[in-house]
Parts: sequence; C-alpha cells; structure tokens
Amino acid sequence: MIDVQYSLILIGVMSGVTMLLRFLPFIIFSGGKETPPIISYLGKVLPPAMIAMLVVYCLKGVSVNTYPHGLPELISVIVVAVLHLRKRNALLSIIAGTICYMLLIQSVFAG
Amino acid sequence: MTIYSFSKMIMEWSGYIRGGKIINKGMYLEMKSISKDVRFALKKALPIMPGYVVMGIGFGVMMSDAGYSWWWSLLMCLCILGGSMQYAAVGILSGGASVITTAIITFTIHARLFIYSLSMLDRYKGMGKVKPYLIYGLVDETYSIVSSDGILPSTLNRKVFYAFVTFFDQLWWIIGCVAGGLLGPVIPFNTAGIDFAMTALFIVLFIEQFIGNRERRPALLGLGVTFVCLLIFGESVFLIPAMVIITGVLIVFRKKIKTEEGEV
Repeated sequence: MIDVQYSLILIGVMSGVTMLLRFLPFIIFSGGKETPPIISYLGKVLPPAMIAMLVVYCLKGVSVNTYPHGLPELISVIVVAVLHLRKRNALLSIIAGTICYMLLIQSVFAG
Repeated sequence: MTIYSFSKMIMEWSGYIRGGKIINKGMYLEMKSISKDVRFALKKALPIMPGYVVMGIGFGVMMSDAGYSWWWSLLMCLCILGGSMQYAAVGILSGGASVITTAIITFTIHARLFIYSLSMLDRYKGMGKVKPYLIYGLVDETYSIVSSDGILPSTLNRKVFYAFVTFFDQLWWIIGCVAGGLLGPVIPFNTAGIDFAMTALFIVLFIEQFIGNRERRPALLGLGVTFVCLLIFGESVFLIPAMVIITGVLIVFRKKIKTEEGEV
C-alpha cells in the first residue's frame, strides 16, 4: 500500500521547489523597476541556447559503444531535420520522425 | 455545427449582435481579434500535443504501476507541472526518498526553470492578472514557443497568445497523464520508442530558432557546451554545469554577440 500522507508531503516538496525556481526571478526583479540591461540581454540570447541544450538532453541516453550504436537516433534525427527544412510543417516532422524511430527500434534494429 | 455559426450564436446570446446586426461593434471586433490570437496560439501549441500526450500517458502508466491512481497523476500535473520531474517523481515516491533528497533532486532537474523565468522577465512585463499563471505554467515546451519572438506577427495580442499557449500545453499534458492512469494497462500496440516525439519536437524548435535568428552562436554554444558537459559530468548532473557555463560565456562575450536591437 502507498503511504498517502508521506506521498503528499513529498509532492508538496517537489511542488514548492519547482514553483520557487519559476517565481524567484520575477520576485527578485519585481516592483516596476527596469530590468538590468545584462538580464534583458540574457533574455534574448539564452532561449536558443536552452533549446539546443534540450536537444542534447533528449538524446543523453544514446549509447554509441553498444549495438545499434545510436543509428536509430541518428537516422530519425536526420529524417526530422530534412523533412522540417523542406516542408516546415512541425506536426508532420514530429509524427514522421517518431514513426520512423519506432519502426527502427522495434523491427529493423530489434534484438 | 461550424465554429462560425457557433460563435455567432454565442455573440447573439451575449448581446453583441441581434438578428445578425452588430450592436457593440468595438466589443465585437475585440472578440474577433481575440479568437484570431487564440487560434494562432493553438496553431503553435498543436505540434506539442503528440509528444506531450504520449509522455503523459507514459507517466500515468508508471504511476498506476507504482500503485498511484489517476488522480495522483492529475494532482502532480497541477502542482508540479513538468515532464522530466514527474518521471523522476515516480521513483522518488515509490522509493520513499527523504524530504532533503527530494528537494535536492527537484532542484537539480528543475534549475533550468530559473533560467527560463529569468529570460522571460521582459516578455512577461505588463501581463496583469494572467502573469502568475504564465510563470506557473512555464514548462520546457511552452518556453520554447513563447521565447521565440521571430514567429510572432506584430498585430498579435501577446497576453492572449502567451496565456493560451501555456493553457493548451498544460491541457495536452493533463489529458495524457489522466489517460495513462486510466487506460495505461490496456494500450493495444507496442509503444517502445514513442518518446522520440519529444526529441523530434525540440529538433524542430531548434531548426526554427536557427533559421529565424541571424545570430546563431548562442544556439551552437548551447549544443557544444551541453554535449561536452554530458561527456564530462555524466547523465544525472550535466545540466547544471552546462547552464552555468553557457550563461557565463554569453555574459563574457556579450559585446561580440548581436541581439535584434544591436549590441548591448
């Protein structure tokens, strides 16, 4: 059986830390003051860097040393990129890339 | 019933139009432009749906396997709201981690939210009553959309746009988590690899950013530094050093990096 009370406490802790991290910058720089120029600058240049970071984060579990040596990921990433550069249709690129990856790991590179 | 006749009915009912004639033209036009902004938000949030619903289902299934019914999943969608963290939470809950450990893990995984909020300070200025909701709902996927200024038309009502992107993304996530908790054990096909939808999403967003921005060095820096940090620090902690180094380098070389309004 799950411990309801303790589970609720842990969820509360996770929620508290998460919301603190989200709200803290807005609390620090609140009160109608101008945002410091350096922070405004970071606001412009950080988003592309963070999205790039998330791409690597998503692929962190890929193991190049063991079979299938990251090939399914590599092929699917190329499919998504080429499709998106040609058609610029986000939904199409995502669905096609995902189906491609599922087919690769379930049949082509299975076992 | 078409959306058009439905919205006409709503407006008839609420008194904006009577017998096909517009009574309060200003209000009518305002409603019309808001519905346009909502549709634009939906268009941008739609690519998030497949990945997010699927990830949500995965989470719901893991929770129900661990003995937590669907409303636990819903509770966590509402008070944590974050894909990677909720996945980690399954292990935390079923392993019975201590409060301190839980806080440290949450901090490690979610430190990036601090950076997200930091970079949304200016964009979320003057958002009025919806501002707390925007901050509360700032997940990876929403951040990737609301921080890409290049995609936004100049006539857009940003308040409506930001609020609905945040709302739609949270909605996809909730639908997935609850669906996973309810029907998880009876999913009829092999779902292995379906989580690639999230990877595909960020690749698409990365390409969009890359095409839309003349200054590409921040994106390349993010890619390179994160990769090197993954090799050096390993899977579990690499995000924090990566973020610190990326931010540090961007600050040090701020004179060299061009933003839209020129150098800072």
